[in-house]
Amino acid sequence: MRPVYGWLALGLGAALVVLAEYRLNDYYQRVLAVVAINVILAVSLSLTNGFSGDVSLGHAAFMAIGAYASALLTMPASMKLLALPDLPAWLARLELPFALALLVGGALAALAAFVVGIPVLRLRGHYLSVATLGLMVIVQVVALNWQTVTRGARGLNGLPALTSLLWAYGWMLVSVIIIWRLVRSPFGRAMLAVREDELAAACRGVRVFPTRMLAFVVGAFFAGTAGALWAHLITAIAPASFSFFITFNVVAMVVIGGAGSITGAVLGGVLMTLLPEWLRGVETSLAVGGRPLYGLSQIVIALLMLLVMIFRPQGLLGGRELSDLLRRREPLPAAESEGA
Amino acid sequence: MLQVRDLHVAYGHVAALKGISLDVQPGEIVALIGSNGAGKTMALTAISGLLRPRRGRIVFEGAEISRLAPHEIVRRGLVHCPEGRQIFARLTVAENLRLAAGHRRDRNGVARDLERVLDLFPILNERQRQIAGLLSGGEQQMLALGRSIMSAPRLLLLDEPSLGLAPLVVERIFPVIAELRSEGMTILLVEQNAWQALRLADRAYVIETGAITLSGPASALLEDPRVKAAYLGA
Amino acid sequence: MTYLLQQTVNALNLGSIYALVAIGLTIVYGILRLINFAHGDMMTLGAYVALAALSALVLPVWSALLFAMIVAGAIGVIIERLAYRPLRGSREVAMLITSLAISSLIQNSATMALTAQPRPLRLPAELTRRVEWAGLTIAPIDGVILLLSIALMALLSLFVKYTTIGIAMRACSERVQTAHLMGVNVNRVIAVAFGVSAALAGVAGVLWSGKFGLVDPFTGFVPGLKAFVAAVIGGVGSIPGAMVGGYLLGFAEVFFVAFAPPALSGYRDAFVFVLLLAILLVRPAGLFGLEEGRRA
Repeated sequence: MRPVYGWLALGLGAALVVLAEYRLNDYYQRVLAVVAINVILAVSLSLTNGFSGDVSLGHAAFMAIGAYASALLTMPASMKLLALPDLPAWLARLELPFALALLVGGALAALAAFVVGIPVLRLRGHYLSVATLGLMVIVQVVALNWQTVTRGARGLNGLPALTSLLWAYGWMLVSVIIIWRLVRSPFGRAMLAVREDELAAACRGVRVFPTRMLAFVVGAFFAGTAGALWAHLITAIAPASFSFFITFNVVAMVVIGGAGSITGAVLGGVLMTLLPEWLRGVETSLAVGGRPLYGLSQIVIALLMLLVMIFRPQGLLGGRELSDLLRRREPLPAAESEGA
Repeated sequence: MLQVRDLHVAYGHVAALKGISLDVQPGEIVALIGSNGAGKTMALTAISGLLRPRRGRIVFEGAEISRLAPHEIVRRGLVHCPEGRQIFARLTVAENLRLAAGHRRDRNGVARDLERVLDLFPILNERQRQIAGLLSGGEQQMLALGRSIMSAPRLLLLDEPSLGLAPLVVERIFPVIAELRSEGMTILLVEQNAWQALRLADRAYVIETGAITLSGPASALLEDPRVKAAYLGA
Repeated sequence: MTYLLQQTVNALNLGSIYALVAIGLTIVYGILRLINFAHGDMMTLGAYVALAALSALVLPVWSALLFAMIVAGAIGVIIERLAYRPLRGSREVAMLITSLAISSLIQNSATMALTAQPRPLRLPAELTRRVEWAGLTIAPIDGVILLLSIALMALLSLFVKYTTIGIAMRACSERVQTAHLMGVNVNRVIAVAFGVSAALAGVAGVLWSGKFGLVDPFTGFVPGLKAFVAAVIGGVGSIPGAMVGGYLLGFAEVFFVAFAPPALSGYRDAFVFVLLLAILLVRPAGLFGLEEGRRA
């Protein structure tokens, strides 16, 4: 695309977001904001699960870290005094602007990823999956038990509703651009090399461990910021909000959209927000004997994933990007195009 | 006994075999010689069903087998003794032998073959209860050969039986192969050691970059100047 | 002293269940290099089947156990046939993601059909009645768990050691390609591996829910994940390793709760996974380390 078109698209997008901000009712605004947050989640997860070839299952954990950290930083001091009387003094008094809280949330998530990554990223890819799920359990347990900071199972309520559509889409744009640049840099090519054949990559001078680590940590950072956005959209968080469901849905976005493609992750993020949202309506309308069919939307997603793995393991886009589609260029090697 | 016609095999996107045809008659030893990477092992792997050919026919005792699963091919009496021994290192010697006969229902035949293997390789008898990974290279090759015998082959695909073995051990393996043939087993032998292979074989094929370039009686190939230059180092 | 003994009883109980579940994980991993995230859900399935057998069919306990084992095993085989076999030969990652999808499928199917509400799984009172004995508070179920687990593990060991298919299973976990060439029907071996592993998890699920008295759609998820930690402790891929790892983890977890300051006892699940990270840092191949573990 020529730059002119890019600026035009950007301007149009911004206008649409502003329009939506003022014209749409709360429900649609919320759905649209969730779309943006899910796109951030999917794109950040695609760094590991699509490009460097590891399967991280830590997104719920990273979101939780970002959500709790940012919530504690934006809550008004007067509210903290009431809800969390035993907070350390420096934290009780601290009130940060949203942007800063967002970044701190992301940074703490990245730090957690780094700590998990040290033992795990030197091992076969499988271990990352288990360790990140373990991290999810650890984070949930800590959120549940660290009463003085998290209020345990009651969670934190009444957070300032700072996540406007402008914030959500603005930050989404920033995340997608940064990750896009990363993937197209020499580092991105190193990630692909590691994914295709680690030994060969190492022989060609790619430093495997730092490459996997960077992908993992950057992904965690953006997942943390997405958690912060989410906390300030819903305005209430609890340990149970950050369960395996969240992780699973983000993995589904990447898998269905197509691993190894930013466009695919964006597409997956959009589809996998709107589809379950629509199915939730179906769940309640299909109520059997007065009982809604809870779980139906998740079942559909799971089945969809099974079918994708069997019939189109490269996902919808199969490693292609928007620019490839426009120019009909050959895609980067798709994640699943060849048997191991 | 075995007819291979116009066999094409691709590995990834690379064509590794480009239309190979060969025949093996009952009771023969046929050698397949060629340099590293010429496609010898690939041919055996395709015949034994581990690799799906892209094109071509493989007929064993009158039946097309190119679509069968490897274990079904073994059941028909076509057994592949792979390159590099590939014994199961964490299983005992006895378990390795038993596993290879796992599909057989003729208990008496299995017992007879086991006796015969232990006769051929007395060292295996001593080490039956030992973990196979502790055997020496030569002993592992004996185990690999013995294991194949336990599968009751009528046609044995033998891949590089001398690879990485001390000359003294090689001197003990080749007579066994000859003995197996004298008892009626048919053998398709892949060897880098072309001289040894041609001395043992009745007929031979020369394979170069995925295609057969020469074939004929082994004795004739031993004298062929091209073979001499390329494979016999003369 | 009595306290220590009591904790030992608890640890043996927990460890037995972890061991049963870890064995299944390790068997499947050994052959397919798949970490089966749906394995814990086989526990849930087993518990629900036992619930149905006890309440709807009014079967005696032992046959409910057997029933749960058979049904879970059969479902394991079916899942392998439908979901994993079509992926044979594709990347390991594909199977891992498939197992996540299956886990979600089982959890949500249970939610849709039975609601997420925990249901009581009541074993006969003579099994669960707590008695004071030599200063210990124990119930017959504690003994049942331990003895049944040991019996099953002994059976499994005999199966793997002496039957042809058991030998083939070990051979496949070493090199599948060669197993093919030895006439081993690898598809059958994999089906058996899934069946056995799901059956063991099914039994473990009945024991688990029987002991705690409840089952819900997510019952097996965390214990299934912890069983993986047990498998790592013993060295993934090693069956004796999984058994020992299960008991070691049981002891570690119970003694953490028993001897850590009370304020920390809520952190028991976190402790298990911190332990996992520590082990992966220090000794990733586990105690019986036969796995290549470290890469590049």
